[in-house]
Amino acid sequence: MVPVEYYIILSAVLFSIGVAGVVFRRNALVIFMSIELMLNAANLAIVAFSSALKSLEGQIFVFFVIAVAAAEVAVGLALIVEIFKSKRSIDVDQMNSMKG
Amino acid sequence: MHLSETVNSGFFFLAPWLVLAPVTGLLFNIVFGGRLGEKAIGWVASAASGAAFVVSALLAWSLAANGGHAVSVPFAEWIHIGSLELDWTFRVDSLSTTMMLVVSGVGTLIHIYAIGYMHEDVRFKRDPGRFRRFFVFLNLFIAAMMILVSGDSYLMLFVGWEGVGLCSFLLIGFWYEMDTLARPSWANSDAAKKAFITNRVGDFGFLIAGFIMFWVFGSFQFDEVFSQVSTIAPGIIIAITLFMLVGVAGKSAQIPLYVWLPDAMAGPTPVSALIHAATMVTAGVYLIARSAPLYSSVPEAQNIVALVGAVTALFAATIAVGQYDIKRVLAYSTISQLGFMVAAVGMGAYVAGMFHLVTHAFFKALLFLSAGSVILGLERGHHRAAHGHHDDHGKGKKKAGKGKEESGDEEYHEEVFDPGDMRNMGGLRKTMPVTFWLYLIGGLSLSGIFPFAGFWSKDEILADAFREGFTGVYWLLTVAAFFTALYVGRQIWMVFFGEPRHEAAAHAEESPPVIITPLAVLAFLATFGGAFNLPGVHTLTDWLEHTIEVHAGEFIWSVAIISTMLALLAILVSWLIYGRNPLKAAQVDPLKRPLGFIFTGMENKWYVDELYQAVIINPFKKLSQFLADVIDERFWHDWFHEKVIAGTYNWLSNIALDRYFDQRGIDAFANALGAWTQSLSAALRKVQNGFVRSYALSVLLGVVVILGYLIFK
Repeated sequence: MVPVEYYIILSAVLFSIGVAGVVFRRNALVIFMSIELMLNAANLAIVAFSSALKSLEGQIFVFFVIAVAAAEVAVGLALIVEIFKSKRSIDVDQMNSMKG
Repeated sequence: MHLSETVNSGFFFLAPWLVLAPVTGLLFNIVFGGRLGEKAIGWVASAASGAAFVVSALLAWSLAANGGHAVSVPFAEWIHIGSLELDWTFRVDSLSTTMMLVVSGVGTLIHIYAIGYMHEDVRFKRDPGRFRRFFVFLNLFIAAMMILVSGDSYLMLFVGWEGVGLCSFLLIGFWYEMDTLARPSWANSDAAKKAFITNRVGDFGFLIAGFIMFWVFGSFQFDEVFSQVSTIAPGIIIAITLFMLVGVAGKSAQIPLYVWLPDAMAGPTPVSALIHAATMVTAGVYLIARSAPLYSSVPEAQNIVALVGAVTALFAATIAVGQYDIKRVLAYSTISQLGFMVAAVGMGAYVAGMFHLVTHAFFKALLFLSAGSVILGLERGHHRAAHGHHDDHGKGKKKAGKGKEESGDEEYHEEVFDPGDMRNMGGLRKTMPVTFWLYLIGGLSLSGIFPFAGFWSKDEILADAFREGFTGVYWLLTVAAFFTALYVGRQIWMVFFGEPRHEAAAHAEESPPVIITPLAVLAFLATFGGAFNLPGVHTLTDWLEHTIEVHAGEFIWSVAIISTMLALLAILVSWLIYGRNPLKAAQVDPLKRPLGFIFTGMENKWYVDELYQAVIINPFKKLSQFLADVIDERFWHDWFHEKVIAGTYNWLSNIALDRYFDQRGIDAFANALGAWTQSLSAALRKVQNGFVRSYALSVLLGVVVILGYLIFK
């Protein structure tokens, strides 16, 4: 049995990679994937605790997260397609028209 | 102490209808008069006044059946404040019923006369729409006069006193936009204002008298006041009676406030007859007779009242001799006769004064109404002379609208003709025979010729003056009686005898029956009215005995013979001057040469109006101009308001408040707040740079900080 600390460390590493991806990359698709990475890092932590604590609630919660992530992907990809259609680019640094 | 009692028998419960009947009449005419014709309006008003007469007669009958004891009829609560109770109560006693009968009786006759008179008057003055208004005013006058004579307190008397003053004002200024010759002018409304303002001066005196009375007696009620007279210092009673005399001088046209009455002739002739001869102007005489217990307790005040009356009687009689306007002669005659009455009640001869009041109401109303008939006759004659003998004008007038305008234009181009000027008359005995005989009866009664009514009443006043030792008053009144007969004679010779001095007089026409009939009734009363108080019979004396102190004086032959001789002498003199050689057209009055400046003085009313103009009105105008221009405009407005108040305010608001407090305090704070917000938002705007990743970094840092805090706290 793998100790739960390993899962948590792995989850923290994955989450940090996701954060770094969101903060440092400009490609919207990459940012999107980084977000997915962070979500799954969180999922990993939740199921790890769930199995360690012998509780099903965490696993149910993870199913919800996966479902919401899927919906988010659908909406997000649609937005990215539309933005690409109008700007011919998916560089997030060019999407600054909301500047104050 | 209440001397009067409340009685349930008889017709006393009808007393409020003295006032309600004419009020009903005027309300009916206000509401429905627009749909009624002239005749119906006139008869409704006359019926209302006649109803008041019937009520008066029933009250008098009930009073006689009651033994003449005064009866109070409570009608309405008026003012109740604490222990003060002022109610509208009718007082039926022999004095008030006498006045009621005269007011409503003569009033009704004049109402009927006015139906005929106003029909022609509105025709000649080109405004038929005024007909209803006239009768509404006339009924209002009867109502106010009834309040005056039937009230049981000085307060109700004052209410009526002011009411009749208002009606007098309204009716003098009835043709307010023209003068007496129907030319556009404010002369008539000036006359109305003069009457009203002069009466205000008198009413001021009456009010002061009322204030003092309430102060010392604590009541306005006649019985309560009179029962306390003996407990009050005579000096206070003198003050009350003399202030009251000021009111009497205003209302009854005595020196020095008589000047309004001659000008009041600007009103239509029925008004002159009803208000300014027969009824309203006698209110002052009634007031003194009513206040008999007050006056009788202070002989000093009585002397003054008698003297004022006697001097007025003579003074006005001399002016009447020099007047040319037929109504103006009668106006001064009225002032003079009122002087007789005031002198009588001043001497304590209350019955003689009231007797003369009654007979004077008859013969002076008769004279005024006959004068109205003469004026209308002359207007008709003038109209006929101008338009030939086919008079289709009256018919054309009845068609409303265009017919009226056409005939109106036509008439405006005529020369100005004064139908009231006796110099335009002459020879009317032939053209207006009925009016002549009626006028003659009135004139003889006024002159005091046996056996007409005026003889008995005037003689009673003179006899009382002689007997009571008022020698000065007696001689003043006797000389006034001489002048009375003189101006009456002059008027009759000038108007009815000789040859016509104007084509209008030559073409004059007799008046219709609606005008003549009331005159005939009045002529009957003016002839036989003396029967009310014949010497030795004393009907009126016995009647009034129940209310005021009376002393039935015996007939004094010497007084009667002297006054009759003087009257006959005056008529002889007037015949010598005016009758033997009738006045020619444009001839100077024959009295002018022998009398010279004296006659000029009479002609010009002894310059009293000019004197008042110079002594009172001009200084008053100067004073009001000074007050308006210097005090109000320059001192009060320009200096005090503009400089002091507005200047101080401006300085305070400009310097102190605006510059220091407002600008540097409040404005500065608000502006600083705005500037600070702007700079803060400019700083904050830089944060919102639109780069998604920088937001993400912010969130990350925030999370790190919060987690760090949670972990390491």
